[in-house]
Amino acid sequence: MHLFKIKKLHFLHCGPISLQLKATEIIGISGASGSGKSRLLRALADLDEHQGDIQLDDMNQQHIDAHLWRQKVALLSAETSWWFDTVGEHFSGFSGAHINKQLKSLGFSADCLGWSIARLSSGERQRLGLIRLLQNQPDVLLLDEPTANLDRHNTGLFENTVMEYLHARPACAIWVSHDDEQLQRVCKEKHIIENGELIHAD
Amino acid sequence: MLIELSFLDLSLAAILVLLLGVFSGIMGLGITRQLYVAAIRTTVQLLLIGLVLKTLFSSTSVSFIVLIAFIMISVAGWEILSRQQRKLKGWWGFGISAGSLFVSSFIITLLCLFTVIQADPWYSPQYAIPLLGMLLGNTMTGIALGMDRLIQDAWRQRPVIEQRLMLGQTAYESINDIRREAMRAGMIPIINSMAAAGLVSLPGMMTGQILAGAAPVEAVKYQILIMFMITAGTGIGVISVLWLISKRLFDERERLCFRRLLKNIHA
Repeated sequence: MHLFKIKKLHFLHCGPISLQLKATEIIGISGASGSGKSRLLRALADLDEHQGDIQLDDMNQQHIDAHLWRQKVALLSAETSWWFDTVGEHFSGFSGAHINKQLKSLGFSADCLGWSIARLSSGERQRLGLIRLLQNQPDVLLLDEPTANLDRHNTGLFENTVMEYLHARPACAIWVSHDDEQLQRVCKEKHIIENGELIHAD
Repeated sequence: MLIELSFLDLSLAAILVLLLGVFSGIMGLGITRQLYVAAIRTTVQLLLIGLVLKTLFSSTSVSFIVLIAFIMISVAGWEILSRQQRKLKGWWGFGISAGSLFVSSFIITLLCLFTVIQADPWYSPQYAIPLLGMLLGNTMTGIALGMDRLIQDAWRQRPVIEQRLMLGQTAYESINDIRREAMRAGMIPIINSMAAAGLVSLPGMMTGQILAGAAPVEAVKYQILIMFMITAGTGIGVISVLWLISKRLFDERERLCFRRLLKNIHA
């Protein structure tokens, strides 16, 4: 991908919001709870109703099938869901080599694919959720407080994995977080959602 | 010889149902009201139909019999909806359940009348009405169970469905496991009846025919025919309902659309 473009996006009481991201860029967004950060990401993934123009290179969001769009513009929600009994079943259909490398970079060994979902901690779910999402090779990552349940060490691993992916693909990301230091570390630009508007923060 | 039932015999059975309602109420299982309404309805409805059944069976007018058939289908469609804990808003719920009943029960009854039974005339009410009735009664149960399971499971598993959508699955894929469970729920009653027939249960129609003096083999053949028809009807009905409802649960952008649902406080 080269360019992810959001033009005059409206949803609920929020908008107009306009943004542009180039490949490998990360834009950070913070804001009070209930300000519409998660809603913004859901609109970008076309999971909620919204108005406005969202464009990935020359592809308009409304002109391709919603599920194909979501493979390219991938949302990692604050709580990931798992529906099969074991971790590995959620990865069936994807090539193993890729997964093993990413598992390792997030501090897992390959045998975690046999783990039962019930024994996963919330932090493990979050890290495995990222690996699962990356299997689609998305061009845009929408990360909704992805490290809220992680300790400092695993937060570092998570950030590195995202950065490596963005450069290798190349792809861009919108990173929602309450942690200002984290946004300082990973983002080129920081924005705040306030009263339904996206304000540039320096 | 038929042993006549006295008013007292029936009261005894009624007291059992009454007690069931009381216990269920005490234990907070909350089915009492529905149970009593259904018990009263079965009494009144059977008494009324018992009085007119002879007249109905001697009727020779096609339009009258078709009218009766449509009333039966509408009532069955309505009953399916009344059993739902959540249903589709507006006419969608009724349209889908009655439509699926029509496709499954009505058409299978016609098929059966024209190709298998070949009564003369084909609409002979003593074949057409009971056949449609048996099909509707069973199909209705299957559809009501499958529909309720689909909508309730989708409602409860919203995070899972949305997670699957986020991972780029189609609406169809994201609800497929839930639909499979709903299909199972809808088909279990009829699969049970087929598996248990003859060993555990003696189907009422067959038993009645034999007691009334029909040749056992003939009665058995009829019963097998009915069982297969019911199975096919239930299957077609449940499949079409699950397909139509799961389509209606998503909008054109493959998003879950729970605002199309309405909670049914009486179910």
